[in-house]
Amino acid sequence: MSADLFEFLCRMGDNTLILGHRVSEWCGHSPVLEEDIALANTALDLIGQTQLWLGLAGEVEGQGRSADDLAFLRDAWDFRNVLLVELPNGDFGQTLMRQFLFDAWQELMLGALKESSDARVAEIAEKASKEVAYHVERSGDTVIGLGDGTEESHQRMQAALDYLYPYVGEMFESDAVDAAMAKAGIAPDPASLRDAYDARLAQVMAEATLSIPDDRFAHAGGRTGRMHTEHLGHILSTMQWLQRAYPGATW
Amino acid sequence: MKNEWPLWEVFIRGQHGLSHRHVGSLHAPDAEMAVKNARDVYTRRNEGVSIWVVEAKHITATNPGEKGPMFEPSESKIYRHPTFFDIPDDVGAM
Repeated sequence: MSADLFEFLCRMGDNTLILGHRVSEWCGHSPVLEEDIALANTALDLIGQTQLWLGLAGEVEGQGRSADDLAFLRDAWDFRNVLLVELPNGDFGQTLMRQFLFDAWQELMLGALKESSDARVAEIAEKASKEVAYHVERSGDTVIGLGDGTEESHQRMQAALDYLYPYVGEMFESDAVDAAMAKAGIAPDPASLRDAYDARLAQVMAEATLSIPDDRFAHAGGRTGRMHTEHLGHILSTMQWLQRAYPGATW
Repeated sequence: MKNEWPLWEVFIRGQHGLSHRHVGSLHAPDAEMAVKNARDVYTRRNEGVSIWVVEAKHITATNPGEKGPMFEPSESKIYRHPTFFDIPDDVGAM
């Protein structure tokens, strides 16, 4: 059980770690100052959640690894994030589309985790869900604003949705780890969140005048560790180089 | 087409019971986004419990060139300040 719980917590923490790092890449580069600060806030929220998830993961594992050890001293094959969050930022619209696709899933997931039989998981979900309720409102509104905006913004948002949608399905995959979590009442079966997600997506994309692709093909492999895209290694080399070059460095 | 979003003035209530105070301005495409941007730009360090935004063009201001007739006449009317009364200590700040 504790090996499954460790795996589940790494999936939660790696999602927020990698997405948080991706979003932080916008710091100082956003189209306007207001969005720059908003994205940095989101990135910081995600990194904060990572500390909680990976902190608990290290505790559950019982090998004395801290959240920092898990974040900075594992290599690509040990990461358990979904492929969606490691994809490149692309333009601002693509970043916000990715954010909305993730936020909408995370909101549902955390909503269910608040009822977790594991009090530590429920507590993290309680705290994180307040942040995520704001993230999804902001990213959803931006997707609508840009989708139903100018001809160019509409076309860019449609391209972003077409590119990212094949990475949505992985968030709802279930395997033995999920079955163990569901059986213990710790976490929901991800597949059980899909209907509510699809309804939310349909509503937002309709308002954004964007069409959801018909094809439900899903790239997968990140959350099981079977494979990552080539992008993850590049993220890690940026994120981890300092700890790798100067082991144990602190400030 | 204008490329700049409209300018909004932001007012924040620091805590319950206080009035909203002007804290700065920002750009946003509409009022709802202005509130969200104000949340992200001006309340990151737990500064407030309520936000007002108003599009800057809706604010009517006094003309700096008219400050003589606007404000100087009150300078010589010290009797308008309630400083001639003894205020009991337990009244507190006035």
